Amino acid sequence: MLVEFFFHLKKGGLKVSVTEFLALLEALQHGLAQYSIDEFYYLARTCLVKDESLYDRFDRVFAAHFKGIEQIFGPSGADIPDEWLRQQFEKLFTDEEKAQIEAMDWDEMMETLKKRLEEQNERHEGGNKWIGTGGTSPFGSGGFNPAGIRIGGQGGQRSGVKVWEKREYRNLDDSLELGTRNLKVALRRLRRFARQGAADELDLSGTIDSTARNAGWLDIRMRPERHNAVKVLLLLDAGGSMDDHVRVCEELFSAASSEFKHMEYFYFHNCVYEGLWKDNRRRHTQRTPTMDVLHKYAADYKLIFVGDATMSPYEITYAGGSVEHFNEEPGAQWMQRLLDTYPKAIWLNPEPQNRWPHTPSIKIINQLMEERMFPLTVNGLEQGMRELS
Amino acid sequence: MTDTPRSEDRPNRRFSGTDRYIATEDLSTAVNAAVTLGRPILIKGEPGTGKTQLAEEIARSMDKPLLQWHIKSTTKAQQGLYEYDAVARLRDSQLGDERVHDIANYIVRGPLWEAFEQDTQPVLLIDEIDKADIEFPNDLLRELDRMEFYVYETHQTVVAKHRPIIVITSNNEKELPDAFLRRCFFHYIQFPDRETMADIVEVHYPGLKKELLKESLEAFYRLRDVPGLKKKPSTSELLDWLKLLLAEDIPPEALNSDDRRKIMPPLHGALLKNEQDVHLFERLIFLHQRDAR
Repeated sequence: MLVEFFFHLKKGGLKVSVTEFLALLEALQHGLAQYSIDEFYYLARTCLVKDESLYDRFDRVFAAHFKGIEQIFGPSGADIPDEWLRQQFEKLFTDEEKAQIEAMDWDEMMETLKKRLEEQNERHEGGNKWIGTGGTSPFGSGGFNPAGIRIGGQGGQRSGVKVWEKREYRNLDDSLELGTRNLKVALRRLRRFARQGAADELDLSGTIDSTARNAGWLDIRMRPERHNAVKVLLLLDAGGSMDDHVRVCEELFSAASSEFKHMEYFYFHNCVYEGLWKDNRRRHTQRTPTMDVLHKYAADYKLIFVGDATMSPYEITYAGGSVEHFNEEPGAQWMQRLLDTYPKAIWLNPEPQNRWPHTPSIKIINQLMEERMFPLTVNGLEQGMRELS
Repeated sequence: MTDTPRSEDRPNRRFSGTDRYIATEDLSTAVNAAVTLGRPILIKGEPGTGKTQLAEEIARSMDKPLLQWHIKSTTKAQQGLYEYDAVARLRDSQLGDERVHDIANYIVRGPLWEAFEQDTQPVLLIDEIDKADIEFPNDLLRELDRMEFYVYETHQTVVAKHRPIIVITSNNEKELPDAFLRRCFFHYIQFPDRETMADIVEVHYPGLKKELLKESLEAFYRLRDVPGLKKKPSTSELLDWLKLLLAEDIPPEALNSDDRRKIMPPLHGALLKNEQDVHLFERLIFLHQRDAR
């Protein structure tokens, strides 16, 4: 049974190794989880999951695999009262569907309910809130679980929901959006240490080596200290369609500013043109020519665009396409200049990735970026940083 | 697969928190698994949820010696094993000291070596492993797995007399390599819910007035729920705050949110450690008051 569980976990996207699985078996052999399924759950999680962002995924697999298992562990797994289930049908299905269901037998019915529940979860995440937020459903507005058909706990004598069904770790799942902390962790991937500046650290092996060569007379060698040498040029889209994402961008900005020694930032609107600015309130008066930026910052800067790239395609491809001023050269040309100067470049897009194919301007920008556009999530940021480093 | 622990290594009792440390069921399960199988346990969680203290409490409750190794950004894995003090030897050689002929005189033992040499099973705390260089955990793989290492200078192999209980804490500043994680047990300390928090406070300030406890927890969780705080107050900050409240003898009513004349909770400096957060909170309260009028 546990081997099945192991493969179930693998299929669920958890990188569980055989060693870890054997460790779990060993722990069970030592009698570490004899008394309850809760204990077994904690033990399995400790042995098999090594990252809190995977806890939620583990919870889901665990729930799916061990549904109904409490019956083995104790007397608590009461049968699901038919009445209760029926109520669920009432809530979840439309009238026509109900009529169809009445024609089905029990097993089929359960299957359908389960499918419906799974389906609903997916759609729910997609933003179409099928199970309303009103809270009529015992699944809750946020914490719905695809294996929720294991409702014996709620319908029977047991009071609470199972630990793994609570899904407390949902907000640690790394496909979700970023917090400042997550951002910092992801950005740290970029760190590159190099020795630069004044020689003020004793180079021990160098000293010993040169002393030995010096026939035993002390010859002290110094070297510069290690510093983080990553340079970043950050270009942020401000205003317009980006208003929804301003908070996320500010977070990225605040996270980034403490992370690098050399970090320069500029704002642009929708697409880069001949001018950039540093202060959004004085965008019309204090502009820095993009040419100056190109000349001032050397090619070893890493270029990060942050923007939703959602605009009219004309704003990228045509001269005079900008919504704010008359631009003599198309935005695409300025993009190309920047990309030619800075070979290491990515575009971070706060728009959900599934909407990208439907927005022509995103496609154009992504082409310009040579497919180096990443969603602004922890996962996306990590991919982006890998691209940059 | 690691060896099963020898029988004398078995804990004298199971860990389930102490008189001054509340361990939730999942935490004690994880700790007991790590102790029983002699694997290192990696602890993560928000700052101030008692990661470091856990090691102290395991040592105290099981009556074992505690060794600590605090990691900094400059710490090398080798320093945990031993260091060869080449400069001292060089100096001695220039001065013609007799000790210079025995290299063992210049081998300085690190915390891991000390832990391996203990006569009873010790608890070793490797604190904030994420502060070190990215390669640091990889350099300790064999040491943590086999609990032995080789000293090149003196050609000896140091083997642990008793597999130490190794507690490793991390603040998530760097990702740890998979190979390292596979050798550890892992536990993420979830921020305590209200009931657990009440237990924790009870352990630290026994007999705290019910009123004050209720009002302070109320104020504390309300503060944690403020969106956009840069640093959410944690358990250790709550405990500090309570200490101050007790010392200043603040009446519980002063914490009550319905009292609109009070702008900030008293002594908020213990909870909010960032002036931007204080500003944010002030602004929110201001808005709130305006709406209430």
